[in-house]
Amino acid sequence: QVSAALREGQITPTELCQRCLSLIKSTKFLNAYITVTEETALKQAEESEERFRRGQPLGVLDGIPVAVKDNFNTAGIETTCASNMLKGYISPYNATVVQKLLDQGAVLVGKTNLDEFAMGSGSTDGVFGPVRNPWSYSRQYKEKCAPKSHSEDKESKWVITGGSSGGSAAAVSSFTCFAAVGSDTGGSTRNPAAHCGVVGLKPTYGLISRHGLIPLVNSMDVPGILTRCVDDAAVVLGLLAGHDPKDSTTIQDKFKPFELPNLPDVSKLSIGIPKEYHAPGLASEILALWSKAADLFKKAGAKVIEVSLPHTRYSIVCYHVLCTAEVASNMARFDGLEYGHRSDTNQSTESMYAATRREGFNAVVRGRILSGNYFLLKQNYERYFVKAQQVRRLIAHDFSKVFGSGVDVLLTPTTLTDAAPYTEFIREDNRTRSAQDDILTQAANMAGLPAISVPAALSKRGLPVGLQFIGRSFQEKQLLTVAKWFEKQVEFPGIQLEEVKRHDHDVLQHQKSASFS
Amino acid sequence: AKACGGVWRRAWQRGVGGPVSGARQAFASNARGGAGSAARCGLVPWVPVVGLEVHAQISSNSKLFSGSQVHFAAPPNSLVSFFDASLPGTLPVLNRRCVEAAVMTGLALNCRVNKKSLFDRKHYFYADLPAGYQITQQRVPIAVNGSLSYSVCVDNKMSQMVTKTVKIKQIQLEQDSGKSLHDDTRSQTLVDLNRAGVGLMEVVMEPDMCCGEEAAAAVRELQLILQTLGSSQAVMAEGQLRVDANVSVHYPGEPYGVRTEVKNINSLRFLAKAIDYEIQRQIKELENGGTILNETRTFDSKLGCTIPMRDKEGKQDYRFMPEPNLPPLILYDAKSLPANMNHQQVVNIDSIRERLPDLPSVKRAKLVEQYGILPEHSFTLLNEDGLTEFFENVVNQTQMKPKKVIGWILNDLLSYLKQHSLTVKESPVSSFLLADLLSLLEKNQISSTAAKKV
Repeated sequence: QVSAALREGQITPTELCQRCLSLIKSTKFLNAYITVTEETALKQAEESEERFRRGQPLGVLDGIPVAVKDNFNTAGIETTCASNMLKGYISPYNATVVQKLLDQGAVLVGKTNLDEFAMGSGSTDGVFGPVRNPWSYSRQYKEKCAPKSHSEDKESKWVITGGSSGGSAAAVSSFTCFAAVGSDTGGSTRNPAAHCGVVGLKPTYGLISRHGLIPLVNSMDVPGILTRCVDDAAVVLGLLAGHDPKDSTTIQDKFKPFELPNLPDVSKLSIGIPKEYHAPGLASEILALWSKAADLFKKAGAKVIEVSLPHTRYSIVCYHVLCTAEVASNMARFDGLEYGHRSDTNQSTESMYAATRREGFNAVVRGRILSGNYFLLKQNYERYFVKAQQVRRLIAHDFSKVFGSGVDVLLTPTTLTDAAPYTEFIREDNRTRSAQDDILTQAANMAGLPAISVPAALSKRGLPVGLQFIGRSFQEKQLLTVAKWFEKQVEFPGIQLEEVKRHDHDVLQHQKSASFS
Repeated sequence: AKACGGVWRRAWQRGVGGPVSGARQAFASNARGGAGSAARCGLVPWVPVVGLEVHAQISSNSKLFSGSQVHFAAPPNSLVSFFDASLPGTLPVLNRRCVEAAVMTGLALNCRVNKKSLFDRKHYFYADLPAGYQITQQRVPIAVNGSLSYSVCVDNKMSQMVTKTVKIKQIQLEQDSGKSLHDDTRSQTLVDLNRAGVGLMEVVMEPDMCCGEEAAAAVRELQLILQTLGSSQAVMAEGQLRVDANVSVHYPGEPYGVRTEVKNINSLRFLAKAIDYEIQRQIKELENGGTILNETRTFDSKLGCTIPMRDKEGKQDYRFMPEPNLPPLILYDAKSLPANMNHQQVVNIDSIRERLPDLPSVKRAKLVEQYGILPEHSFTLLNEDGLTEFFENVVNQTQMKPKKVIGWILNDLLSYLKQHSLTVKESPVSSFLLADLLSLLEKNQISSTAAKKV
């Protein structure tokens, strides 16, 4: 819609950009952004405006403000991964996805906050502090939670965004941009999307280039897309997907961007409900929501059946072994020699390495490096790493068996509960939390499958709850069609944020969930 | 070819303290290792066992996984791409030419080329390894189970050449590291990453050799093969060919002894010297009741001995892990090539095999057949850069028969060049001139002494 508005001249790219930038300023307390690229954004907006004046916009995304998670390289702009190790590191090149967005005329408003090096499920463990869920300040939450709101209560009651792409989710949710790029390794795009009431898409592994994405787990990472509606996600996907010669793990086949039908039809589809996803700790209201959703599909004529993915319960453990092993390997390059933080220690190269890495990495990162190196030791390799890969294959096989038996899409919850208050969340350590929170999302990363979280309803506490759809490899079109149908059915309420209202948002919040397409 | 090893043999007889047993008679054989080889080398009773790890820099325009250029002696850190410097977010992209070079080399060494090979990460921390790991092929390398035939002289006589074979365990593709220059006066290390990421072929030779001479001959032949293929320029002085030797000794009939690894060998001559020194050192040590440590030693060319390397403490666990950013390397042959595949995108083993040039052994055989020269002549011809061409040019332009020409080339011209440390290219006498001269000689218009003077 906003794209149409730009084309029709109802609003100019510069105005749009300025509004987003000032909204970012008023929502600074969310801490969603690490870097706000005000100057370059305005410049890009001006260039876009020029193109619109000439009647030659580059495409749907021309002039649209977007945000990018701070683990993607952006040329000339600081890229920190929310870590001391890369504080002040100015990327010399653009990640492929960033380049593609810029080539389409998108306006980059800033780099968003995350857990350090994308390790975490709360966006609470970065060196720039935690990200606050915009819904903490929504009328919906305030009504349900603290009838008398005096500032102390307000402070202590704010809830997390989920993670690790919390900044991107918060940015989209609070209308400071129209789309954001995150990353998803174990659920890092879908988890915060669910908690922040936005759409979070994890594409099939190999569909979108990882060149320029600072890796966590090379064999599972994908760039993730966060938007306010499913149609927008489809548009962004169309612009980002495709083979990249710079990334040897992208598939060679040409990608055909698609448009979703206006009136999606799910009556001929088979929806699978994996029983193992009824995990311990799943909130009863989410279970109820999940059932309700299944019923919706049934009523529409779809075939809804219970299926089994028997190895689901092993996936978290395998994930930890494989993730830490790859982390240990990927972090080996941070030695303070070529770039990034370097300790002042002068005694020897080894002591410099040790000090640099101790100073540069937080406890979460260091912990994973140590575990990973342990698993990769010669005497442990077979028992841990190889075993985990073998179980990984079994997990992937579970999915292909179910999809092979005629099921088109799986329907599961995205998270076990709604967003936790920050003070509660931090009572457990990162590792424990990750193990709990990733449980419904990370099998899709193990198997490389596409998955999407769609906002479904508000919880008892007035916070968003999302439901997840998992599809067949490279069948994003089918997956997003189902997601769009579901989105239309549930009519998820828009966030009611004072700050947003104040910023005159006829364009920003045209409808319940504003989209740009 | 290198001077034959009579000199070295004597050093291995039992040292002080033991009875000196007579050296057994050398006999021509194709024996590999064991007692036969020991006897040939005059070793009684110790059996030395020598294996080699040869790293050959691939001759290509760009590096193995990145587009930066490959040049010798460029200004420091001027040929470094983002990937080479391990900047976060960069990914490896395999260089096709490097794969072809490895396949060519594998075929030339009679290996089985693996249609599917894998890449792995080998982790260790060092200033010249920016990523903290090297990408190599530990699990399934590109080529395995080959052989290399080479010749050594018997009794210092070129007329008695023996063909030996060393098994090639495998050839793997891997990255070269950067270079560290230690500046002890300022307590600092300077790192140049120009070489980081350059493609290497590691050729692993089984411990089938028994002495420095054999090792040097094998490496020389490998060098000639690589240069003929063009897969590597293989110039040791420029670091394009590096050799590490694995040396051990044992009593015949007993299991192999503990081996040491010898590094920092910069020429064929030093290779032979280092190996022979190490064999002698081990024998001496064991005869004095000592033990051999499984260690890495560096060769000191000035002193002519091997010294333990201090910074290799304990065994390193390299924490090998599959390289997740590179899918398995799939190669095709005529049979397995799918019909609809773009030929530009794939490497076809059969078409590489068809385009292989004549290997040195074939070239030598052809020279012998075509010109009627002796086998050892053909060795010398191929051994000197450009000499074969010179010889053939002379033969084509002169009336003198090749069998006679060769004498002039090898005895007169070559010894003159050697005396004055000149290469064939720098010869003051061109092939045209020599051809003319020899024609005059043939026609008896000048005397042979006069010709020699010229």
